[in-house]
Amino acid sequence: MYQYDQYDQAMVDARVEEFRDQCHRRLEGKLTEDQFKPLRLQNGLYLQLHAYMLRVAIPYGTLSGTQMHALADIADKYDRGYGHFTTRQNIQYNWIKLEDCGDILADLAKVEMHAIQTSGNCIRNISSDQYAGAAADEVVDPRPYAELLRQWSSFHPEFAHLPRKFKICVIASEKDRAAMRLHDIGINIVKNDEGTLGAAFYVGGGMGRTPMIAPLIREFVPLDQMVTFCEAALRVYNRYGRRDNKYKARIKILVHEMGADEYTRQVEEEFAHLLEQGVEPPTAELDRIRSFFQPPEFVAGLPAKADRSDPDFALWIDRNCSPHKVAGYVSAAISLKPVGGIPGDASAQQMHLMADLAKEYSFDECRVTHAQNIILPHVEIGRLYELWQKLDEADLGTANLDNIGDIIACPGLDYCSLANARSIPVSQKISERFAANGKGELLGELKLKISGCINACGHHHAGHIGILGVDRKGVENYQLLLGGSEAEDVSLAKITGPGFNEDGIVDAVETVADLYLERREDGERFLDTYRRLGMDPFKEALYG
Amino acid sequence: MKILTGNDLKSGAVVWWDGKGWSIHITDAVDAGENAENIIAAEDAARRVNAAYAIEAEQTEDGPRPAHIKDRVRALGPTIRPDLAVPAADKMGWDWVI
Repeated sequence: MYQYDQYDQAMVDARVEEFRDQCHRRLEGKLTEDQFKPLRLQNGLYLQLHAYMLRVAIPYGTLSGTQMHALADIADKYDRGYGHFTTRQNIQYNWIKLEDCGDILADLAKVEMHAIQTSGNCIRNISSDQYAGAAADEVVDPRPYAELLRQWSSFHPEFAHLPRKFKICVIASEKDRAAMRLHDIGINIVKNDEGTLGAAFYVGGGMGRTPMIAPLIREFVPLDQMVTFCEAALRVYNRYGRRDNKYKARIKILVHEMGADEYTRQVEEEFAHLLEQGVEPPTAELDRIRSFFQPPEFVAGLPAKADRSDPDFALWIDRNCSPHKVAGYVSAAISLKPVGGIPGDASAQQMHLMADLAKEYSFDECRVTHAQNIILPHVEIGRLYELWQKLDEADLGTANLDNIGDIIACPGLDYCSLANARSIPVSQKISERFAANGKGELLGELKLKISGCINACGHHHAGHIGILGVDRKGVENYQLLLGGSEAEDVSLAKITGPGFNEDGIVDAVETVADLYLERREDGERFLDTYRRLGMDPFKEALYG
Repeated sequence: MKILTGNDLKSGAVVWWDGKGWSIHITDAVDAGENAENIIAAEDAARRVNAAYAIEAEQTEDGPRPAHIKDRVRALGPTIRPDLAVPAADKMGWDWVI
């Protein structure tokens, strides 16, 4: 894992003291809320429905056990004993006191963490594949490149006031586990026919009120020019992105309205210009960063199979474990979606346990996924059973990865000041319904995603089944969408028709799931059946 | 009736204007009537409350009930964490929120 050098630490420490002073001045009345708001947002501090909320960055979702312990300590000491892992691989605390913010950021800085650029119209936390460095199918570990971009984008003066927020994702495999093409910039590190690594750039994706799939604008950028190309892509956006209307200010709107070809032409022109300016960091810096991401000392010759005599454990292996690049290991997913639970929430006690288990079973490393789960990336197959038993005792051993119980849900109207409807209670009811009727496992891979408003933090556009909560004359109403995917077969879900009330949407989900079970052909996932049949039979089943 | 709400500056807690100050219990909220904007301006200047605003509410035998679901949820706390709810101060408990 990357470790701060003196520059990183000095920057973060200085920001802690600066924000401590700003909070102090706000409490003393020397700053008005209008003056303070942009300052607090630059430090991830929101004012939500019930209290201040602090969003802490987890770069590319990677955490050490020590860092996870620190997050748990913050939940205990300054919040109400839990945290919420988000769809951007971050963590949020919902009950923060303004007077504690300086101390919280100082505690984070001690473990090389911060909340900088987790809000505001700047480049946000860089996201990545949760299996980076472990996945059997990756061409390279994408995290050194994500870290290079993190350093480039941190406090970048030219991009501190973009037209709108900006999200970058870096992966390095054909399989997309990070919703790469639904980011402002999606980078896929690829290997060309000569065996050389380069970056494929997809620009102008996103969800929100105008969902777009990012088009490919450059198939191959040499890795020693990747930052320069990013700079060019951002510079064209910063120059032409709309600032008069926040709903049309994201880069996806610019690329769409300008046209991908013209946007690409301008980026290429800017790129050629920037190459002459020498803005790319020296390769020695990338080499320095890479040195922190060396593979752990894996043991050779370990057993390749586990004892599957316990059927619950066997199910967990099948559902929650992913192939590893080293024989004898897997990546194990810890589901934060127990039946009827709150997606993404973990108690301080659970966080401490996950930190301990990361140390004991996974070279002291864990990952946060965009689906609001935790991964232990490097687990010996022969030790999986004891790991699963410990997880199961703490309600962390649910076998439901990527099935209908593994629901992505934003905080919704239970916490969020932007939301129109509650997301979490709907997710709980669906989870309970499909656990009780036994259909959850029968359905296989079925990604269900719920947002409480059009901003789409719950990724409903990318759900095989998506749910969007809306306000209908002061009453919660839920629209049903079908056919989305955030993966390499990326697509945007389409709305079925009129919405449903809270109980009606649960019934509607069961209706479309039943139709799938009835009409599926061998090996088809829900998404495949939907794509083969089209929307009509699902509409007919829902509305008659 | 028109009642005033905001978040406490220090803690961020949801608070309601009770005629003299701010209470965490919506049952203490009073009709601000025509004075709403003046009270908000004075309280904001006094640094006691953050982002205060006026909302429509209905007066019932058990106290004021905000017209909009968002403010009813604010009065309670997250509906999915009753253990974190503001203690209900009337006989209806929180059944009226949703």
